[in-house]
Amino acid sequence: MVFGFPILSTLIWLPIIGGALILFLGRDRDSFAKWTALWVSIATFLASLTLWTSFDSSTASMQFVEKSMWIDQFNIYYYLGVDGLSMPLILLTTFTQILVIASAWDVIKERVEQYMGAFMIMQGLMIGVFAALDSILFYVFWEAMLVPMFIVIGKWGGKDRVYATLKFFLYTFFGSVFMLVAFIYLYFQSGSFSILDFHAMPLPLMAQIFIFLAFLIAFAVKVPMFPVHTWLPDAHVQAPTAGSVVLAAIMLKMGGYGFVRFSLPITPDASMTLDWLVIALSLIAIFYIGLVAMAQSDMKKLVAYSSIAHMGFVTIGMFLVYDIVQTTGSAQGAKMGMEGAMIQMISHGFISGAMFLMIGVLYDRMHTREISSYGGVVNVMPWFGFFAVLFSMANAGLPGTSGFVGEFMVILAAFKANVWYGLIAATTLIVGAAYTLWMVKRVYLGPVANEQVAKLQDLNRREFVIMATLAVAVVLLGVYPAPLIEVMHSSVANLLIQATTSKL
Amino acid sequence: MNFVIPSFLPAIPEIALLTLTSIILVADTIWSKRHEFATYYATQFALFIVGMLLLSNFATEQTLTFSGSFVRDSFGDILKLFIILISMGIFMFSREYLLQAKFYRGEFFTLGLFGILGMLVMVSAHNFIILYLGLEIMSLAIYTLVAMRKSNGKALEASLKYFVLGALATGMLLYGISMLYGATATIQFDEMAKVIASGSADDVVLSFGVVFVVIGLAFKLGTVPFHMWVPDVYEGAPTAVTLYMGTAAKIAAFAMLYRVLVEALPGLVADWQALIIIITILSLIVGAVITLVQENLKRLLAYSGIAHIGFLLLGMIAANPGGYSAAMIYVIVYAITALAAFGMIIALARTSSEFDMIADFKGMNKRNSWLALMMLFVMFSMAGIPPFIGFYAKVLVIEEVVQAGFTWLAILAVVTAVISAFYYLRVVKVMYFDEPDDSTPIEPVSRQLKWAVSFISALLLILGLMPSSLITLCYNSLA
Repeated sequence: MVFGFPILSTLIWLPIIGGALILFLGRDRDSFAKWTALWVSIATFLASLTLWTSFDSSTASMQFVEKSMWIDQFNIYYYLGVDGLSMPLILLTTFTQILVIASAWDVIKERVEQYMGAFMIMQGLMIGVFAALDSILFYVFWEAMLVPMFIVIGKWGGKDRVYATLKFFLYTFFGSVFMLVAFIYLYFQSGSFSILDFHAMPLPLMAQIFIFLAFLIAFAVKVPMFPVHTWLPDAHVQAPTAGSVVLAAIMLKMGGYGFVRFSLPITPDASMTLDWLVIALSLIAIFYIGLVAMAQSDMKKLVAYSSIAHMGFVTIGMFLVYDIVQTTGSAQGAKMGMEGAMIQMISHGFISGAMFLMIGVLYDRMHTREISSYGGVVNVMPWFGFFAVLFSMANAGLPGTSGFVGEFMVILAAFKANVWYGLIAATTLIVGAAYTLWMVKRVYLGPVANEQVAKLQDLNRREFVIMATLAVAVVLLGVYPAPLIEVMHSSVANLLIQATTSKL
Repeated sequence: MNFVIPSFLPAIPEIALLTLTSIILVADTIWSKRHEFATYYATQFALFIVGMLLLSNFATEQTLTFSGSFVRDSFGDILKLFIILISMGIFMFSREYLLQAKFYRGEFFTLGLFGILGMLVMVSAHNFIILYLGLEIMSLAIYTLVAMRKSNGKALEASLKYFVLGALATGMLLYGISMLYGATATIQFDEMAKVIASGSADDVVLSFGVVFVVIGLAFKLGTVPFHMWVPDVYEGAPTAVTLYMGTAAKIAAFAMLYRVLVEALPGLVADWQALIIIITILSLIVGAVITLVQENLKRLLAYSGIAHIGFLLLGMIAANPGGYSAAMIYVIVYAITALAAFGMIIALARTSSEFDMIADFKGMNKRNSWLALMMLFVMFSMAGIPPFIGFYAKVLVIEEVVQAGFTWLAILAVVTAVISAFYYLRVVKVMYFDEPDDSTPIEPVSRQLKWAVSFISALLLILGLMPSSLITLCYNSLA
């Protein structure tokens, strides 16, 4: 904590209070709503930078800890803290938020204050998810987040928005209630709801397996993993651009974060017993969902499916550890897989966010997402074409972009664990390139397809700044990922020890 | 034979309420011609006085009086206090409703007060006769209230249904009580518990008695399979009376359940626990599934109320003080939430429309975004989504039931909670995502109701952010 200042609480409550203010005072005062949202987001981002600057990367223990009694009858604390696993995700959230607010600037015309308010409140809740160290507090943030997202998709979404948003809500809610029961069970074993106490507590194998499965349902829906991924394409296609960005860039990461914060440290033996399940589902996601992506005619759907495939790398990278320990005898080799998974999360946050923003730019002008309605866009929108190709390359995992680093690390680790895993995972280099580049060809390259395309305006200044910021982030992370790896180094090492130490 | 004058002190709130109600009853006939709202204000004043009397002498330990037939303890006092507070809200909403529906009468309030008297007696009952007395005072008042709108066929049908089925339930309850009395030769709760514990009572007769008593209680609570009257009565009754039945009366019914099962029949826990488990499972499932197809908001709330009672009973299944406390919190939270939900309907009802169809809420966000937000709070609280208080109520009962070793029941409960979420979300969907048929702005009938609805709905969020005091209060009362 910097001079005893409750920085994490500030990051959570500043946007929530800002959002509430916008909601109550912003009626029919659109520019007030927009500017307040933007300034509060920027302030939150700047405040979150202090997390980075005063972060001690030599330790795996929790930092910036705040702890006070919340519900004393049940030993529930308002308990916050971050380590190397959660801190980068908080920065990703605050960073993405600014782009999200900016992206909606001229696009949203109806009930701007509700839109901005919902996104601001959502931001605070998402930071809360990453910062909570008490499982009930975690659950409160995790569930509360669904409320604004439900409204955002349902109100500002596309034609089938109601179906999509109900599906999104009910899938996620269904997944998480099992997690709640698991928390309650763990509470009776440990006498506290603190996540760190859960980490330290021994558990018999049978209990671990049930808890692992409960967590798996919750996080698999969120990631999402095959076969509970079907809500995602619907939600993405129907959500407004900013909603898609938040979904892809941040909400999906919560599933991955859940695995490293809960599944692996709390139920290491069950994770070892059932790692084949996660690995199999991840490989299916990588290969099969990749093929599904190729068959899409809607750009947003294509990117949504590619998100599922990319998140497959996150989950497989996390669960390779047991096979690597078995084949090489040390957990050291697994570090690459785990760090790859974490980097993939951050990188996917940038890339998927960028991809959805690109589609949003096109959609705002043409009001269609069909690939076949486009062609030769680069001829009329050169700047846009430049960024689009850059982000698409990153999505395909081109070296020098952030997309390459995480995937490459995970593939290397996969080869170490089992050649077949490595081979299947590596198919993404072909499949991923195929669907992405094929879309690039059909949408951006070639002759100008029709008159509407010919009339397209290139990026305006606002859009240019958004794209350029993301481009810098993608390239920077691609060529120089060392600072990020360094931040998470100790925490990953600690996580591997927890994951490979039996709790029986 | 010497006669000892009993201590009246523990029963002062009830005595005061009876006295004041009687005065109001007489006075109403005199002043109602000249001052339209005199009875209403007198009613609120009477409730205020009773609430103050309760608070001024808040029970910290158990006191018995009237030869052990009447009990005053902190469990009862907390519930009574909430009954009083919620009733004050009910009457506030009712007055506007009655004015809009054009059958404003003083009797509504005096009958309501008698009902509340019955509730307070139920909460404090410590033998079966007093319990029955309280139950009947309450029920008779409600039967009459349901039928008050004489010209409305639906209301009359509802009233008749309620009366016949209510009488049947009372018959069951009395039959069960008589068996218990036959087996134990006492109607006093604590003595009955002692006799049962001593093992001298006939097991078969006791088991029969428990079955009938539980059926009678289940009827009154409106649980499956004794729930058929609930939706019809809720829908047919004037909304003000539905509000009354769905909130304050539920608290009293819970108190009755607790007094009978826990104070009189703790020795038969294995018997009633099994019965309650069956009732709970059915209530949770029926409450979740049948609600999905409701188009009338009052009916929806009636069916969802069945599911909520199922959740409440989970706490009873745990069969320990923690479980009872969780159930107690559940019923209080449910009553507050239902007050907000029915209050919302009343605040929007006009002479021309009852505003009780889900479709009436179409495009609410466009017509009055503040009320839409408040209704969103209510719906998400009912669905058990944090950070609203409904979430904690659900978590606590699930927690207790897991601790008692019924993890499978907890899983069933959370799955039904997910199903239930759908119909609450549907209301939110209608308000936020649908276009209104009539896009003129809509305001509550009065400024006072707007504040009341806003306050109660906001309370759901505030309590959700700071649930500690309510939880501690209830847990300590049964510790």
